[in-house]
Parts: sequence; structure tokens; C-alpha cells
Amino acid sequence: MSEKILEVKNLCKYFPAGKKQTLKAVDNVSFYINRGETLGLVGESGCGKTTCGRTVSHLYTPTSGTVIFDGKDVSTLKGKDLLSFKKDVQMIFQDPYSSLDPRMTIAEIVGEGMDVHFKYSTEEKNQKVTELLARVGLTEDYANRFAHELSGGQRQRIGIARALAVEPRFIVCDEPISALDVSIQAQIVNLLIKLQKESDLTYLFISHDLSMVRHISDRVGVMYLGSLVELASSEEIFSRQLHPYTRALLSAIPTADPEAERSRKRVALEGEVPSPINPPSGCKFRNRCIHATELCAKEAPVLTEVEPGRFTACHHWREAMDV
Amino acid sequence: MDKILEVKDLRVSFNTYAGEVKAVRGVSFELSPGETLAFVGESGCGKTVTAKALMRLLQPPFAVIKEGSSVRFEGTEVMDMDKKALRAYRGNDVSMIFQDPMTSLNPTMTCGKQIMESLILHKGLTKEQAREEAIETLRLVKIPDPEKRVDEYPHQMSGGMRQRVMIAIALSCQPKVLIADEPTTALDVTIQAQIIDLLRELRDKLNVAIILVTHDLGVVANFADRIQVMYAGQVVERGTAHEIFYESRHPYTWALLNSVPKLGSEIKQELYSLGGTPPDLLLPLECCPFAARCEYCMPICREKNPAEEKLSATHGCACWLLHPNAPKVKTFQERLAEQK
Repeated sequence: MSEKILEVKNLCKYFPAGKKQTLKAVDNVSFYINRGETLGLVGESGCGKTTCGRTVSHLYTPTSGTVIFDGKDVSTLKGKDLLSFKKDVQMIFQDPYSSLDPRMTIAEIVGEGMDVHFKYSTEEKNQKVTELLARVGLTEDYANRFAHELSGGQRQRIGIARALAVEPRFIVCDEPISALDVSIQAQIVNLLIKLQKESDLTYLFISHDLSMVRHISDRVGVMYLGSLVELASSEEIFSRQLHPYTRALLSAIPTADPEAERSRKRVALEGEVPSPINPPSGCKFRNRCIHATELCAKEAPVLTEVEPGRFTACHHWREAMDV
Repeated sequence: MDKILEVKDLRVSFNTYAGEVKAVRGVSFELSPGETLAFVGESGCGKTVTAKALMRLLQPPFAVIKEGSSVRFEGTEVMDMDKKALRAYRGNDVSMIFQDPMTSLNPTMTCGKQIMESLILHKGLTKEQAREEAIETLRLVKIPDPEKRVDEYPHQMSGGMRQRVMIAIALSCQPKVLIADEPTTALDVTIQAQIIDLLRELRDKLNVAIILVTHDLGVVANFADRIQVMYAGQVVERGTAHEIFYESRHPYTWALLNSVPKLGSEIKQELYSLGGTPPDLLLPLECCPFAARCEYCMPICREKNPAEEKLSATHGCACWLLHPNAPKVKTFQERLAEQK
């Protein structure tokens, strides 16, 4: 039943940062995504969420590690296979203002991918574009407009239509809602859920908005400084956190309920994320962690399955749970 | 208690090629010392324009504050101030922090210089004194190593640090009112929590009144004393945090409360989303501005704009549903209680 559509093994992506330094944007990350599932990826800015998404979709070449899509190692793909991988894996970008070409009409933007992957006649193509616009909740009048004539929410719908145009199976959603208003965010999330049900899509949903991630994802992975620190089903991760960082991150979400908010206990997180060029030795979270010991400085914890389906990378998760 | 700021019938319009955009349509409110008032609403509802109009930061002739608008600061009419008085008022009495700490700091000046600037101008300090004071202010906003940080440029700091520097600049002259325009929107949740905690602490320590402009109801919930819900340039509902979150009466407030995903809700269930878009502010608006999107819309709503009705000393709401002849509808809170 649950078949892995994508598997990532020990993925690393380093960038040269000058002066013989390297920036480890993604450091030894492993996870898998089942068909028809949504994996949420959360973390603070600069933790490598976006780089991870881009490496998975082959926009970046990984420094080391493998990405296996549909049973095939992506780095070995060539010719036809590579083309079909690029058709199957699509991306929705964060900023709907800069990700649409201002000089192209909506029909051209949505239809561009079809020209590469399908040999449609002009009529077929026009019909497909109309259908796609209808699927994302826009009328065909929009086909001949330009991106600047649309609002942020409408543009993001175009971004989704463009991704759907080549009939993908896997979509990397890179912060698709963070540039939008609250009421529009709900519309886009509803649309993504609806499309997933209709076409059996698989999503990698990257966001820093934890409450939205919880809503759309089956499982959630938490990243900190390039590493995955916790991975579990979204029900579990929001009810009981194993990693101290996850606990701090979740307790920082403000809730729209003044009384609950006042009585709630905060796990305050002191300071800011250290520079990824020169992270602390051992566990990268140790300088902000209240449970850190000498062991944490010496040895980096590995992501391990501590309970069925629950992964965490912490030496002291058991003791930290009791506090 | 004496009001520090009294705003009556504030109207702001923008002159564009398409015509006059009436961005703020008759907003009135008062602010007491040490109090936090929040403006909440979607983009384009006039929150920021209202905030800027309080400091007269809008540029004529494109933006016009209409005749009859009144902003009184400690009894003095801000609209009648001349250039000199205005200069003393801005920064000294009322100051502002902006949404984006990346673009609102000057990249070519050190952070210290930017704080010193207003100290030298408003308080007449010498450079040395101003520097000392700048270091103290940086310490106040909890920047580690203020002696060193004072000589750093904005690009050497992270987003959260820059927002702290912005707060330091705003607070350097001990203003009585601080206007915070979406101070945490560009920041991560963990940093957002730190900045909100800092603002709360400074409010209590310095007794500064804060006007918080935001679209995030979560931020408002644990910080604001009073909340003002704005829609299409008008205040549709106002009240204490408790009144807005637990006893609100306006359908737009309900819609806003409803569109926040709840941490206890079911996964992948459809989220509530408010259909339609806010009205075009170019058009004259005789009816209730929310009528076109309201699920309880009645014929009267399309004809006349409801006046604000007082429900308690602090709670006011402009909606025809409050009229004695209107049908009784279940409030958002009642429906929520039923679901449970």
C-alpha cells in the first residue's frame, strides 16, 4: 500500500563560501515520501529547507548522497529518462511576484512546459490551458492577461497551474503561501489539498508556518542548520515532541486565543541560529539547548527511529521529555 | 485616565489617475498611556495608512488627509502643527518601527550612528554623550555586546538583530507612543516570540503606549489590551482582547478568527476561507463595506452603512445584525462551542 515514491539517502549539499570555507546547507539528510503523501519540512530561515527541496528536484546537483525517485537513482538519469523525471517532478515557488515572467501572457506561462513534454496542437493546448485554469479556480479570461494584472493569490494559482500543466506526480511546494494574506493562504491550501485528492499527487511542502504545515502534511520533518532533527507524523509531532528544538519551535507559535496564550508555558529559545559556515561541534543545537552535556559537544547525534515511525536526533531525548 | 492620543473622524485619500482612492474612511479612537492597541485586518484595509497619518508621514499632494480629520496628541492638534513643531513631535513624542528591518535601516551608516542621529537632533546631546546613550539603548533592547555592536553595519546583523536596532532607534528619545507596523511579519516564529516579549517588557518598563499594526491574530492575542478590526478603511469592530476573541459580534471578525488554522483541528480537512475580495476603494461606499462577502447579508446592508453600536464601555461594533429588528444569528463562539 505505501510505496515509496521518493527516497533521499545521506543527502549533502555544500556551497563554497570563500576563504576555503564551506557552507553546509544540507548535511546528511535522509527521508522518504510515500505515494500520495505530503511531507512537511519546517525550520527557521537559513536551515536548508529550500536547498533541500531544490536538491531533491534536481535543480541543484547534490555534493554527495542519493535521491531515488520511483526506484531510480536520479543522478544516473540521462536522455529520455531525465526528461521524464523533469516532467514528473515540478515545483511551486515562494514568491508569486518574481516567479512569473512579466512579458509572457498567462497562457504562454502555463503552456510553456507542455511544448517541451507533449506534442499538442494549438487547439489542444488552448483547451488544456483553459482546463488547467478552471482547475485552479480561474476563468479562461485570464489566459490572455499578464502577471502584473493579477493579485498575489491569483498569481500563486498560476504558479500551481504551471506545475500541473505537465501532469507531474510529485510537487515540491517551496513556501507557497508565505507571501500571501491569511484569508488567501487558506484558499491556496484548500486548493492544494483538493488537487492532491483528484490527481493522487505527492507533495514536499516546505514552510515556516507550522500551523499550516500541520494542516496539510501527513508527516513532518523538522530541520535545524542543515540537518533533520525530528521526523514523525504530524499528529504526533504536534502533540508530543521528542527533540528539544521542536518543542521550542512549536511553543513559539502564537495562538489566536488570549486565555490559552496567557496560561501557556513557553520554552524560550535564547539567541539566534549560529552561522552554518561555522556550526558548533557535535550537536548543532547544543549552544541553545538547556539539556546539553559534554556528550553533545563531542558527538553529533544521528537521526534514529526511537519509537515506531518516530525519528529524532538527540542524545538526551528521553531525559528531556520528563522536564 | 487622560488620553494621550485622540483621533476623530480621520479620512485619508490618495489621488491616482483612476480617481480618488479613499483609503481611510472616518476612523476614530483613543489611546491611554502605557496601553497597547492593535489594528487588525487584511492587506489594503487601511491599517498602515492610518498609522502613518498619525505621524503625518503621508506625502501630499498624492495623499490627502481630509478636512475635518483630527489627531490630538496630549491635547495639541497634530494637523495644525507647523514644520518645526512636527519635527519635535515625530521621533520625540511618537515614533515608529517598520515592517522590514532590511530596507528601513540605512546600509551605509553604522547602527550606532543611526541611533545617535535622532539623539543629537532631538535631545541636543554631544557626539560622545549620544554614543554612550546609543550603547545604553542597545543594551535596553538586549543586543549582546553593545559596545562592539554599536560600530557594526546593518548587513552584519541578522533580521532579528536589525529589528532590535529599529526598536532602539524608535525608543532612543523616550517617546510616549510607539507605532509598530507589522514588526514581526518578516521574522521567524522563534525570533518573533523574542521581539514580542521585548516589546512587552519595554512597554511595562518605560510606560510607552504601543499601536501594533498586524494581520496576525496570534500575535495580537497575547499582547494587545484593545483590538480594532479594520475593513475597507473603517473600524468594523473594537473591544478588549477578551471581547474580540470571545464575544465578537461582527461577521468579518468571525471570518478572521475562523481562518486561523486551529492546532486541534483535523488534518487535511478543508480550511475555512473567506470568499471574494475587499471592495474597490475608488468607489463611493454607501452600503456596509462587508455586505458583498457577508454570509448574513440583509437588504438593508446593501443600502446603508451601519453606525457603530456600543455594546459595553470598550466594545463597539458596526453591523446591522445588532439592530433590534435583525434576525438572531449564532455567533462564531456559539458555533465553536456547539462543535465541541
